[in-house]
Parts: sequence; structure tokens; C-alpha cells
Amino acid sequence: MAVINMAVKYKTTVKEHGIPGVLKMMEDRFAFVPNDPRSAMKLKVDFRTIKGHKFSKDGSKQALLNLTQDAEKGVGYIFEFDNFSDRNVCRDFVGKVLGKFQSVTPSKPNEQSVPEKPAALSHVEQLSTVEMERRMKLLREDSELQKLHKQFVISGVLTESEFWATRKSLLDDDENKASKQQAGFKSAMLADVRPSTDGRTNKVTFSLTPEIIHQIFAEKPAVHRAFLNFVPTKMTEKDFWTKYCRAEYLHRTKNSVAAAAEAAEDEELAVFLKHDDILANEARCKIRRVDPTLDMEADVGDDYIHLPDHGIFRDGSKETMDADYEIARRTLSQDLNRHAAVVLEGRALDVELGDTRTVAEALARSKQESSSDLPDENVNMERLAKVSRMTEIDDLQAPRSLPYAPLCIKDPREYFDSQHANALKALGDSGGMKSINCNMSTEEVYLYLRRQISEVKTRGLEIPVIQPEAALKVLDGLNQHLSSTRYHLGKNPQESVLDRLPHRTRDELMHHWMSIQELLQHFWSSYPITTAYLYNKVLRLKDAMSQIYQKLQEIKESVQSDFRHQVSLFVQPMLQALDAAFAHYDAEQQKKSAKSGSKQNGILETGIGKISRSLANS
Amino acid sequence: MTAAQSKLYSDDVSLIVVLLDTNPFFWAASTSGNLPFSNFLNQVIPFLNSLLLLNQHNQVVLIATGVNSCDYIYDSAEAGGRNSIDAANVAAISSTILNRLENFVTKDARLAKGSDKAAAGGNGISSLLSGSLSIALCYIQRVFRSGARHPEPRVPIDSCIVGPQHSAFLQQASYITGGVYLKPQHLDGLFQYLAAVFASDLQSRSFLRLPKPVGVDFRASCFCHKKTIDMGYVCSVCLSIFCKHQKMCSTCGSDLNQSPPDSTRVSRS
Repeated sequence: MAVINMAVKYKTTVKEHGIPGVLKMMEDRFAFVPNDPRSAMKLKVDFRTIKGHKFSKDGSKQALLNLTQDAEKGVGYIFEFDNFSDRNVCRDFVGKVLGKFQSVTPSKPNEQSVPEKPAALSHVEQLSTVEMERRMKLLREDSELQKLHKQFVISGVLTESEFWATRKSLLDDDENKASKQQAGFKSAMLADVRPSTDGRTNKVTFSLTPEIIHQIFAEKPAVHRAFLNFVPTKMTEKDFWTKYCRAEYLHRTKNSVAAAAEAAEDEELAVFLKHDDILANEARCKIRRVDPTLDMEADVGDDYIHLPDHGIFRDGSKETMDADYEIARRTLSQDLNRHAAVVLEGRALDVELGDTRTVAEALARSKQESSSDLPDENVNMERLAKVSRMTEIDDLQAPRSLPYAPLCIKDPREYFDSQHANALKALGDSGGMKSINCNMSTEEVYLYLRRQISEVKTRGLEIPVIQPEAALKVLDGLNQHLSSTRYHLGKNPQESVLDRLPHRTRDELMHHWMSIQELLQHFWSSYPITTAYLYNKVLRLKDAMSQIYQKLQEIKESVQSDFRHQVSLFVQPMLQALDAAFAHYDAEQQKKSAKSGSKQNGILETGIGKISRSLANS
Repeated sequence: MTAAQSKLYSDDVSLIVVLLDTNPFFWAASTSGNLPFSNFLNQVIPFLNSLLLLNQHNQVVLIATGVNSCDYIYDSAEAGGRNSIDAANVAAISSTILNRLENFVTKDARLAKGSDKAAAGGNGISSLLSGSLSIALCYIQRVFRSGARHPEPRVPIDSCIVGPQHSAFLQQASYITGGVYLKPQHLDGLFQYLAAVFASDLQSRSFLRLPKPVGVDFRASCFCHKKTIDMGYVCSVCLSIFCKHQKMCSTCGSDLNQSPPDSTRVSRS
């Protein structure tokens, strides 16, 4: 592992100014040497004494790293860095080292069922417990992921953040699963707002909860408007609801005479008993907006109301409508329909259902906002245009012949014949495209064929059918063909190499493939190397890749000789990918050393320039 | 050129439909040490008999593939399902086959006279393989409908190529259907090939090792040069493949106006 040298300021408390110096971190210990050689604040600390590390957030005033010895007291070594990236490099390094040390210690018994994670995890990143839980869950569910995690993160090739950085989609998925659905209105209002009657004292008690009140406002806009108008100017809220409940009671008991009497007396009560004119207006608007071109034929089969013996026939001709003080006759179906419409509209309010007044106002506001601002003009024009389009009579139209281009397709035979030639080449036929030269005419060939058949007829079948030597030759040839493993052996031609290897080898190969993909992903994303952190990361990845390279070679050699060729073909792309990565790394190294050579010269030159200038000045 | 067969059933019993290619142009031209038609028949007819011997419930159907027509030549179920094959039967079967074959060839010749195809002559005449395959598959389906309780017939297509060239089509057909493709090297021992490889029933094939070709090339080839390619351009209308960018698709005539980054703009007509 690399050694890190960093210019830092060392302090014992956060508020101190700090002693500038150089922090040197190695695998097992770190050392601090102050810039001032006279200072006595030299440090040499073994990482084993460090229990944890804390750090300030990116973007805060100071880039701090605190290596704590005693977790409770928070006593430790605080280093301030010049910038956050430097601090992060050191932090990751420390995290790794601590992780290594702490994973060596025996794990607690209750962690055995849980996939192992470095104990420094909670220190390295300030993760929420939710995030950690999600990661653990993913690791538990996916054994492949767990293996990769164990291989790379525990051994220190990749850090946790790097490992999970590419898997954000997996982590986010869980989050989105919990859908945020709003709960709609309950239908309880229709049934539960039933008064409890007290037989003895002739008292009727209604109980209205804020939820029910909210629903009432949503379903009965006239009541809502009355509330806004009457309360608190004309009456208190309690009075309002008392009147409302009285009206409901009268309605429920279907006592129309008493209702009419009371309505005549009490103006406000009458409001509750009348038709809801707001609703009536809305219904009228909706009727106007209905699309006349809608094809109702689709509904014909669903219309069971007009079948005989179905539904209640309502003859509206006998109902007379008086202008004022008209007691509305609400039916249950009307109530249900209204309730359903409101439920489908959804909850528009997010207000807490505490104060009735605020709820009413908020509802009024939201209604204002949502009322359609569409200019009715445009909508009407569109509808008229659509209607005129739909009512065209097709028969009376002139024939519309659209310009078309005739399809011209080449003779497919040409393609198939060429395929034939290709297949022959592929099969390695030395004969090539030998065309059958037939110089005879049609009659001649048919004559030949018939003569051959009659020859067989007259001669009879040969005995023996086949010569023994010929048969032996054939069997030998077949056996040779079958025993050579160059050809696809096995009953199923679709079988692949992998299926015939021993299970363990196959699993190893697949796992190596996944590891290589993971490593290469991180490797290629680290280029171009701009910081020391990336440089170290690339080094680590390169080491891991060389290890896998070794392992692949070993597998190739360990396999049985007849499979060796196929296995090496299979392994080939993996090795090629790794080779490409190594080549890139070497090329970059060369470029860097060439550049740094020239850079050094540059520094020397500027140094010389400074010295000469200072000499000239003095 | 070919004798392809299809087999059915999952136990020992087989229904084998043999498609015999009787293209006279091929047979007449295949001289110079190759198999004359009479020798060919001398090997194939005993093979058909031996198939009937393998299992008393086996059924063999012979279909001839001509240049102008295809027809049934022999159906072992026709005879009334004789259970034993003895010398007299063998002779009867052979003569039936030969007679019918001769009639078929005569009929084919008559049809050839009527059509203009014969005037082309030479190496363009191909056998109606797709027609005879259709006949065979329909026959198999009919048998299945009328009788057996086997759920899904497995119909592997075996190919035995007699002739100088490999058949790309049959190679792919055999591979896809799970059959055997073989081009025998020693044609004088054709019967041995047929008996050793093609006579095996489907159940036995699960534990027999049969010869398979090295590999089947399924790669596409470009329409302009007919060479196999891995990457190329595809016409979005008819899906024909080209190795180089083309201004107009040669198959369907559609305008491929999309100009690639390195070529000059095409003027629109």
C-alpha cells in the first residue's frame, strides 16, 4: 500500500491555530513532523491505538480529520488540511487501515448471519441507518453482490463509497417502492353520520369529526359557501352545525311538511334544505361540454336499465318545481354519485384538519385555483370543428387517391444462392463452387434415370449389399471422427463449453468474469488521473487485476487436456480486456514520467531564476 | 443429391419419412467415379428394409423429390401392416418401390416437356426440396392427429449429402431441428453410413454419439458483395444488410438519405 505525505496543521483542539508540518501515513503507523525543526511536537503513532476517525463535512470552514483513540472522550489527533480532496485521501487511507485492523478481530456472534462489513464503515461515511439497512438488505439478497463486496471492499481494493457509487439505481429502487399514495375520503359519511337517539329524552346527537366536516365541505359546495358566509359573522360555528344537523334530521325522517314549515321560518336552515345550486351549475356546464361525436354504441350492451324488469322507472313529468323554498329530494343514488365524484377528484388539501375555518378557506382557495381557466371559446371552436369532421358522409366524398410508390423487391433467390456460396466457404469445402456440368438435354437425362432404375429391376438387389472392406473403412472413419474432440461432442448441439466443465471451475470462471467487470469499470473511470487519490486507487485496482490474471492462467492449465483449447477460447476475451487495461496503465506511466522529467527541469530553472534575482537584488 | 428423413416418437418406435432426391440432371452428371443412380438405389432400398426390421411397429414412407413434382413412392402402412418381413416381402417391397419410382420419373419427364424451365438446362435446375418437405411434414401431422397420444412430435431432420457440395440449408435445418448432418466420404459404403448413423431411433440418440459438423455458420452476409460481415448497415425498410453505406437500398429501392459523417451531402431529388 502506498505511503501518503501531506502538508497539514496539527492541533489538539479544533479552535487552535495548529502547528504546520508534514503528515506521513504508512500501513501500520503515522508520523507527524513539524516544519519548524525546533518544535517538539513530533508524533509517531501506531494505527492500532487509533479506534476511529472523524472528519468535518465537505465544504465546512476547516478540512479536519480527527483520529480518535478513545471513542468516548473524543480525544485524538486533529489535523487540518489545505483542501478537502487531500483530507479525503487521508481519510480513505485511514479508513482502509482501520478496517483492516478491525476486521481481524473476531466478529460478534450476531453478525454472522449478516454479511461482513468493515467496522470502520460507520466512521468513513456519515450514512443514515436507513441507507445502511438498504445496503445490508441488498447484500443479503444477492449472493453475487455479496461475494464481490467481500472480495473487493473487505480486502481494501475498493472503498464502500466507490463500490456503491455505481449501484445507485439498486439502492434507489427500494426507496421508490414505498409509494406515497394519498388516502381518499371514506364512505363513512354517508352511513355513519347517523344520530344516536335517546329514547327517553327525545334528544338526537350528531357527532361530526374534522374529517367529516372536510368531507361535507367537499361534497356539498352550498354548505361550504354558507359556512364561509355565515360564520362567524351571523352565527357561531356550533349554531351552524346545529342547524345543519337539524336539516339533515328533517331530511332523513322525510318529514316534508315539517321541513317546509321550518324552512319558511328559518332562512339559514332553508339553505341546507334547498337544492345545491352550485352543483346544479356545475352539472349544467358538464352537460354542455359533452362531446356529441362520442360513439355510444359501445355502451349498448351495458345498458341494463332499459331492459324490462330492471331498475325503477322514474316518470319525471309529474314532478313540479317551485321556485323558492323548494325542499330538495335527494336520493341515495345522488348522494353516492356525488361522493364518488369527490373521491375521484382527490384530496386537494394538505391542511391539518383542525380548525374548521381554515379548512373552509383553504378549500375555497384551492377551488378557485383549480377552476378551469381555459377560455371556453377555444374549446367550443375545437368541438365544432370536430363535429363537422365527424358528420361527413363518406359516400358523398370524392375518391381520395393518395400518391403511392409501387414496391419493387429484388428476386430473393439471388440472396439465397449467395448464402449457399458462403456456407460452402465456411465449411471449408475444397471443391468450392463446382457447378454441375450437364451437357445432356432434358430427354437424355430422364432417359438415363429410367434406364438406371430398370437396370436395378432386372438385376435385382446386390448380394451382399456392401463389401466388408468398405464397411470397415466407413466404421473406422466414423470412429475417428467421433473420438476427435475438435467437433462438437455431446448429444445436444446447443450445449456449450461451460456445461461440460466441473461445477467448481465453471463457478470460478463466472465469478472471475464478474470481478473483472467490476474492476475494469472502476479502472477506466479513474482516468485521467488528476489526484493522488485516483492514483492510489488505480494502483490498488492494478494489483487486484494482476491477481485475477494469475488465477485465470492457473485455471487454464489445470483443466483437462481435451477441454483446454475451448476453455482458453472462452477465457480469451477476459485476458484481452485485462491486457488492454495494463497497456493503458503502462502507457500513462510512461507519459507521466516523461512529463515529470521535463517538469523537474522547469522547477530547477525557476529556482535558478529566483536565486539569480535575489543575488542581483542584494 | 440428398436423402433426408424425419423421425417421430419418443420410444423405440419410429416413423421415418425418407426424401429421395431424383434430380436427373444431378444423377446424370455425377459420373467420374461417383455413385451412379443404380448403386445408390442398391444401398437405399436395403436400408429402408432394415428400418422395417428394427421394430415391427416402425413405419417407413418414401417421397421422391423431382424437378417438377414430388410424390409418395412407398408407404409401409399401406400394405396392411404386415408384421413380419421375410424374403418374399422384401422382394415385393423392392419391386413396388422401383415400379413406382419409374412411374414417377416418367411423369416428371412429361411435366418437364411442358415447362420452359428445361430450356435453361445445365446447372440451374434445382429439386423441389421445400415441396417434398412440406408433403412430409403434413403427413407426419396427419398421423399424429389420427392416432398417437404423444403430446408434441419432435421432428428432427437428418441429412445425408451425396454429391460434391455441402448444402448450407440442410446444415442449418439439421442443426436447428436437432438432427444429424453427414456428408459421407466413402460412397461405396453408403449403406454402412445409413445403417450406423441414420437408422438410430430418437430414444437411442440420447445416449449415442453421432457425427456432427464442426460448426454451422449463421453469420449474415452483405447483399452487395456476398461476404460475411459482423458489422454493417441495415436498411430500415426491408432490413437488407450492406457492408458499406449506400445511397439507395438495392433490394427495396428506398432512399437511404441519412448521410454518414465522413461523406458529402447527397442532393435530394
